[in-house]
Amino acid sequence: MRYQVKEKLVSLGILAPSIMAIGVFVYGFIGRTIQVSLTDWNDIVSFMQGEFEFVGLENYFRLFNDTRFITGLWNNLFFMLFFILGALALGIMMAVFINDKPRGHFIFQNIYLFPMAVSFVVTGTVWRWIFAPGSPRSPRGINMLFFQLGRPELMWEWFTSTFSIGPFNIALVTIIIAAVWQFSGYTMAMWLAGLRGIPEQLIEAARIDGASKWQIFTRILFPMQKAITLSAVILLAHISLKAFDLVYVMTGSGPRNVTDIPAVYMYETTFRGNNYSRGAGISIILLMMVGILIIPYLVNTFREE
Amino acid sequence: MRRVVLAVMLSLALIVAGAAPALAQGGQVEIVNWWTAGGEEDALVALFEVFREQHPEFEPISSAVAGGAGTDAKAVMITRLVGGNPPDSFQVHGGAELFYSYVDPGFMQPVTDLLEEWGVMDDFNPEILDLVRGDDGEIYSVPLNIHRSNVLWTNQRILDEHGLEAPETIEEMFEVFEALEEAGVTPLALGDLNRWPTLHLFENLMLATMGPEDYNGLWDGSVSFDHEGVIEALEILDRALDYVNPDHAALDWQGAAELIVEDEAAFNVMGDWAEGYFRAVDWEPLEDYGWTTVPGTEGNFMVVTDTFGLPEGISNPEGAEAWLKTVASREGQDAFNPIKGSIPARVDPDVDRYSIYLQSSIDDFAVDTLTPSIAHGSAAPEGFVSELEDILNEFVADRDIDHTVNRIMTIAGDYLE
Amino acid sequence: MQDYGKFKYLVYLILFVLTLFFLLPMYVLFATSFKSFAEVSRQAMWLLPSEYTLAAFGEAYARLIPHLRNSLVLVIPSTLISAMLGSLNGYVLSEWKFRGSDTIFALLLFGMFIPYQSILVPLVRFLQSIGLYGSLQGLIFVHIVYGIPITTLIFRNYYADVPSSLTEAAKVDGAGIFRVYSKIFFPISIPAFVVVIIWQFTNIWNEFLFAVTITQTPAQQPITVALNNLAGSQVVQWNVQMSGAILTALPTLLVYIIFGRYFIRGILAGSAKG
Repeated sequence: MRYQVKEKLVSLGILAPSIMAIGVFVYGFIGRTIQVSLTDWNDIVSFMQGEFEFVGLENYFRLFNDTRFITGLWNNLFFMLFFILGALALGIMMAVFINDKPRGHFIFQNIYLFPMAVSFVVTGTVWRWIFAPGSPRSPRGINMLFFQLGRPELMWEWFTSTFSIGPFNIALVTIIIAAVWQFSGYTMAMWLAGLRGIPEQLIEAARIDGASKWQIFTRILFPMQKAITLSAVILLAHISLKAFDLVYVMTGSGPRNVTDIPAVYMYETTFRGNNYSRGAGISIILLMMVGILIIPYLVNTFREE
Repeated sequence: MRRVVLAVMLSLALIVAGAAPALAQGGQVEIVNWWTAGGEEDALVALFEVFREQHPEFEPISSAVAGGAGTDAKAVMITRLVGGNPPDSFQVHGGAELFYSYVDPGFMQPVTDLLEEWGVMDDFNPEILDLVRGDDGEIYSVPLNIHRSNVLWTNQRILDEHGLEAPETIEEMFEVFEALEEAGVTPLALGDLNRWPTLHLFENLMLATMGPEDYNGLWDGSVSFDHEGVIEALEILDRALDYVNPDHAALDWQGAAELIVEDEAAFNVMGDWAEGYFRAVDWEPLEDYGWTTVPGTEGNFMVVTDTFGLPEGISNPEGAEAWLKTVASREGQDAFNPIKGSIPARVDPDVDRYSIYLQSSIDDFAVDTLTPSIAHGSAAPEGFVSELEDILNEFVADRDIDHTVNRIMTIAGDYLE
Repeated sequence: MQDYGKFKYLVYLILFVLTLFFLLPMYVLFATSFKSFAEVSRQAMWLLPSEYTLAAFGEAYARLIPHLRNSLVLVIPSTLISAMLGSLNGYVLSEWKFRGSDTIFALLLFGMFIPYQSILVPLVRFLQSIGLYGSLQGLIFVHIVYGIPITTLIFRNYYADVPSSLTEAAKVDGAGIFRVYSKIFFPISIPAFVVVIIWQFTNIWNEFLFAVTITQTPAQQPITVALNNLAGSQVVQWNVQMSGAILTALPTLLVYIIFGRYFIRGILAGSAKG
């Protein structure tokens, strides 16, 4: 028993610096943000002089009656969903192929990873140029390519389209494509790292038993990579909530806010509008959203273990 | 394992290596601004040269933060000021932005006495000084440059080809637009990706329909936002939006100016920083591009002014004062502005140093009525501006005038007392 | 590859099409970088430069290079230290569980979702109170702290698949926490380290918001601030901006190429896992 107590103390000792740092830098600051979100700090004067009144949940009520915020929430949900699915599907596919060492795999791998290395400000601009539609008589970007290839029927409004299917704004597709482009390489990297750990013998045995590539993937590779896939999902979810730079540069919030996300709204509210309390309210709602999405995952993981 | 220990040691060594003292030397003057590239940066360098000549004991340090037309710089400034780390001087738009964000919270010291001591008070355009004068009568920053925002830029080649003239009234404007539309040219280029260009257009239309007295009255509360001129401006905006490029939501202002350069569009309403773009792509004034005031705003001058102030609690007050003295000087303003593509806030520029467009702007500045820009922070608090941008963004999509006026009335009640 | 049979060519086709997708924006990026500003327009975005010029690269290089040292001093320690912390945390949280350790993990994990923009003011105030504001050390510290959740997550889930039989045997032999780590876990962690290093290096190298608020003078600012400042506030010279982005990405690309080899070589492939 003494042995266990000692090990437990050592464990806690290892974790202690991280726990303290996160305690202050995350939970301390979240506490502060919650406090701000319950006040009426809507300009720097009151912020500086500490003159504020607690207004309860007023900022939150206001946000939930704000069409821009609601649109942004929906957009972020759909963006998160399709971005995670897209990056995961593409990343896993690339990892499985590259793991089989096709000719030139090293080059392919680095080409797929490269987009992540380039500043968002610039990749966002390039994607904006690509998806900026131009006008029918003088198309631009990808439309220009379609036009010159003699397929003008493929020309489309892209991210300036205000068309939507239910709450899903179709303009988001362009941002999803850009984000998948930028991050599926990393999903591939995470999966490749995991595949390193799966013993060759296991796959060899399955192959001798006559399992097809697909069966090996669904019965062996995918189940064994579950933990890593979940890491990837969390990471991608994290990216999709913080896609501020990409969206801000690429499309802005768009006509009728079709490409707005709360991170952009928060930035504009806080730093352009000096509306600290409402900005803080947006942060807290985002965090609660994350809580709702992430807690089922955690519960699920712990139950399995 | 040993290699890991080594790596961690190396890391710690690098951290220590990075610990070079960050203390400013006695003679350094830190100046926050967002002029980081192209002609803007060259202009700042020229101004620094003058500063070094006039005050060789000080060395200017430019802490530049670009991006978001000053929004990023502002985020940094406010974080620094709130944290009690002010730079010695920083760039700020004159007018509402200066007062609501910096003076009222108590970050700034007045500079009235300094200007009087230097004897330059009368050298400035008095209406510009009004933009940096607080309710207490004190002046809080030194205006360095003036950009004009009510400019209608024209593609001369397109106008010549179709035998058209730049319009002077709103009605003429729509006649010319119609002719261009029939000729297969986009009449008006707009790039409202970043929202403010719509507001920029709208405020110019308001100036056209309301005139300067009523427009200026909006900000002291003597005129209400349900003024017929506001409604009329929305109606004109609604009509004008039928003549803009269909992909306006995909372009920033530079993208709209690009449409002019590509001979795709004939007109663009933009501040005179657009001339910086035309020059950068080697366009010739009067040959390739021309300019006039936005129809209906002749005799008025919508101003955007960059100023420098004196924060409280700075580390080098003498250096900051020396810097402001250079900013206020004729040499400083004449070194900076011709390169920047703006005109001095002083009334005594060395006109020969300025481009042909800027000379016409200098002439107008001396006689026109000045009005503050909303979109560029001079007229109204930033909370109002940011919400007005949202409202106009919705208007561009929905074109609902009554709803828009109602919403503007609501935010006017919230922010403008 | 041989066991794909007749699908082999399909695989190559897919890889090739994906390569096109990945290179299309890169093409625009590179083509624009070699143009003069007068030639940069969306009308000509798909065209190669009519006259190749290195002027944009030259300008970007001159503006960026003074900040390279700051970025290296920033990114190397913060990447390595946060990777090490994450590895130890992940190891303890997956192998030496105690009551409440799962909750600690969940709470650490939640930390990665905090929106950085909304905590700038308290962050600056806190850094001031501990004397780290306005210095590269402060920035390193912040990146290490906010790197903890992600590095811990990746390592913890990577270690979660290691069979407990291995650890149990070692524990029975009387090996302590550090011994089990250095003898069993650390040697099989290379792929996870690579993944974490790639992530942290990329993000810290490109991070702008903290960099610009926490450091003050140009002498301290990392390369990403200089890259952002290539833009100016009004006219943006996209040829300079894009060549700057390419130059800035080179060190990161180098990291990918050096460490990426570990994905494929597989010399350290976990004999332990399975």
